[in-house]
Amino acid sequence: MNLAASVLTGDRLAISRLLSQVENDTPEGRLALSELFAHTGRAHLIGVTGAPGTGKSSLVNQLARYYRHPKAGENPRRVAIVAVDPSSPFSGGAILGDRIRMRDLAGDSGVFIRSMASRGSLGGLASATASVVQVFDAAGFEVIMVETVGAGQAEVDIARLAHTTLVVEAPGLGDEIQAIKAGILEIADVLVVNKADQPGVENTERALRSMLDLAHPTPRIFRHHGKAEAIPDPAGSPAQPLWITPIQRTVSTEGTGIPEVAEHIARHRAYLQTTGDWQRREHARIQNELETLLRETLVARWRQSTGDDAYQQVLDSLYDRKISPHQAVEKLLASE
Amino acid sequence: MSERRIRVLVAKPGLDGHDRGAKVVARALRDAGMEVVYTGLRQTPEMIAEAALQEDVDAVGLSILSGAHMALVPRVLELLRTNGQEAVRVFLGGIIPDEDVPILKEMGVMGIYGPGTITDDIVRDIVKSVRGAPQP
Repeated sequence: MNLAASVLTGDRLAISRLLSQVENDTPEGRLALSELFAHTGRAHLIGVTGAPGTGKSSLVNQLARYYRHPKAGENPRRVAIVAVDPSSPFSGGAILGDRIRMRDLAGDSGVFIRSMASRGSLGGLASATASVVQVFDAAGFEVIMVETVGAGQAEVDIARLAHTTLVVEAPGLGDEIQAIKAGILEIADVLVVNKADQPGVENTERALRSMLDLAHPTPRIFRHHGKAEAIPDPAGSPAQPLWITPIQRTVSTEGTGIPEVAEHIARHRAYLQTTGDWQRREHARIQNELETLLRETLVARWRQSTGDDAYQQVLDSLYDRKISPHQAVEKLLASE
Repeated sequence: MSERRIRVLVAKPGLDGHDRGAKVVARALRDAGMEVVYTGLRQTPEMIAEAALQEDVDAVGLSILSGAHMALVPRVLELLRTNGQEAVRVFLGGIIPDEDVPILKEMGVMGIYGPGTITDDIVRDIVKSVRGAPQP
């Protein structure tokens, strides 16, 4: 049986090995991804982001526990967790420490946790994270949580990948001006104020609430490498209800507020589905993936077809400032 | 194609709470360019084998100072084998009496590194074992 077929049966060793192939972008990994693609598109992708130390891993741990042991009347769901930590810019190595906070999930065959190093990507995810998510989706995990690198202000790639994005804040991290800056707070579908037993939680919540009160409904247009990718206005037509980002206090070490967060996530999913945003986000994500791949493939093919000498010549005239970078590109592409 | 990186799980089975050695080794492996999954204290052999399976690691490092190595190590090796991960290298750190070293190596332990080990030696042994001997 090949790798893709074994993944579809839920074979954990096969899943794990395929994840490595996909992460290393091997021909075998690409082949299996193509075979699995038709089986994807079923999972609810939940992104969890926020500054380092706000408690993302503990929150993911508690949410996963909740999905495995939901309140009476709901079925437990299979949960995959993709936890991304930064790679060292110098050695390329990484310490992947998110599992430390997820020990409650050990021994449950309905949970699969995979740690990933960011490998030089700057948007809070690794370049292979979307593909890793596809493998879990095809393997039948109903909820896939993606925990980003500890993120500051600009790491918003997760909003392009996830259906529902949680931004985790904690008391004492900044004032109201931090809260109205562009970036990570804007992408929140649910805002979580974790460590709510710490002093200063009222101030944090007030700052976030005033930020949300100031917000105007804006179309979600992502700029990626300078190119705009629109996700149509969540407030679309006047007939459509508006999603009001809820703020939820939690103490994830104790589990306080977790059922409420799960409730917000479920409401957001229902909202996306009734408004058609679910499909629009899917389409935007798939288009984004196609364009990224196209860009990478074109550059790789072009590099193969261009002689190193020609490239070096142009680079040398660029070093000497005889031509500009724009002229250099023109020259290189013309010489094909 | 991204470069294939060596992935290592560093875990502390058993009940002693001294994880400094494990952290020093984890940091050294990181600085050597490896991706190190660090699971922290008080891991059972079952938790370690499960993490090794999910993370598809090339090697597992166990730090044991409690004296329970002759119980814990065979169990981890057995579980790795049961899961189809017999190729995963297992190395040990901590306090391992000399007389146990040959027995553990016989069981399949790749290397045993007590106090005073130079971390470069651990790095070299892992790279050699995972990638094969360096090309002349």
